[in-house]
Amino acid sequence: MGRVYPPTPPYEVGREKIREFADAVFATDPVHRDLAEARAHGYRDVIAPPTFAIILSQIAGQQLVDDPSFGMDYSRVVHGGQTFRYERPIEAGDHLTTVMTVEEISSRAGHAFLTTRHEVATVEGEQVVTVWTRLVIRGEG
Amino acid sequence: MQPGTEFPAQTFRVTRADLVRYAGASGDFNPIHWSDRQAIAVGLPGVIAHGMLTMGLAGQAVACWVGGTASIVEFSTRFANPVVVPDDDKGTEIVVTGVVKKVLEDGLVQIDVSATCQGEKALGAAKALVRNQ
Repeated sequence: MGRVYPPTPPYEVGREKIREFADAVFATDPVHRDLAEARAHGYRDVIAPPTFAIILSQIAGQQLVDDPSFGMDYSRVVHGGQTFRYERPIEAGDHLTTVMTVEEISSRAGHAFLTTRHEVATVEGEQVVTVWTRLVIRGEG
Repeated sequence: MQPGTEFPAQTFRVTRADLVRYAGASGDFNPIHWSDRQAIAVGLPGVIAHGMLTMGLAGQAVACWVGGTASIVEFSTRFANPVVVPDDDKGTEIVVTGVVKKVLEDGLVQIDVSATCQGEKALGAAKALVRNQ
């Protein structure tokens, strides 16, 4: 509990990745695809849908799967809940790095409950979004 | 936006192809979202949608209601019942509704969001905080 993992290597947010993700969540707002539209709204580049930051959370969360001292069995993991708090939308061209903190671990009824907090910032140090991922690790038997 | 304002329901039809598309776009390749064999092995009735796909659709509904995705400053949910997606051409339907819960002191508006599939809750206690434009 309270354990902080090292920052992830920078993730470069691409325009086509934003368009691909927008298609996948049926997002129709032109600011995801049209550069002129995004700029008309005051953005430098196209912006991502609000759940795009799950990609950064998943990349950081892989450290828990890979950490032998943590010993998380991914096949028993169920997604319990999710929160995003944005300082600003993610934009194409951002280079983002994520610091993950294990915020809470508890156990009840034979299951483990894990909350991780992910601080996502640009490599220049601008905070962009905080992500909380809540997982349930189902007990055996 | 005043407390009690209800937004028009948004309906999304989701097929197996949509799950494959979301898996690729998000990088979440958990086999319970594409393999009946592996979904059944862990006690599910069959392939289920990614919870984050349902949350993404709810985000799209909110963006439509508030006039743009950039107004959303906070978005959270629990995942309630799994959304089972049959292996046919019709898939299943997710219906998203929303109501203004309250206007906060800093001008942000809280929208309570509901997402159901086959009459069962897919999301629980979902809410979005948006800037009032």
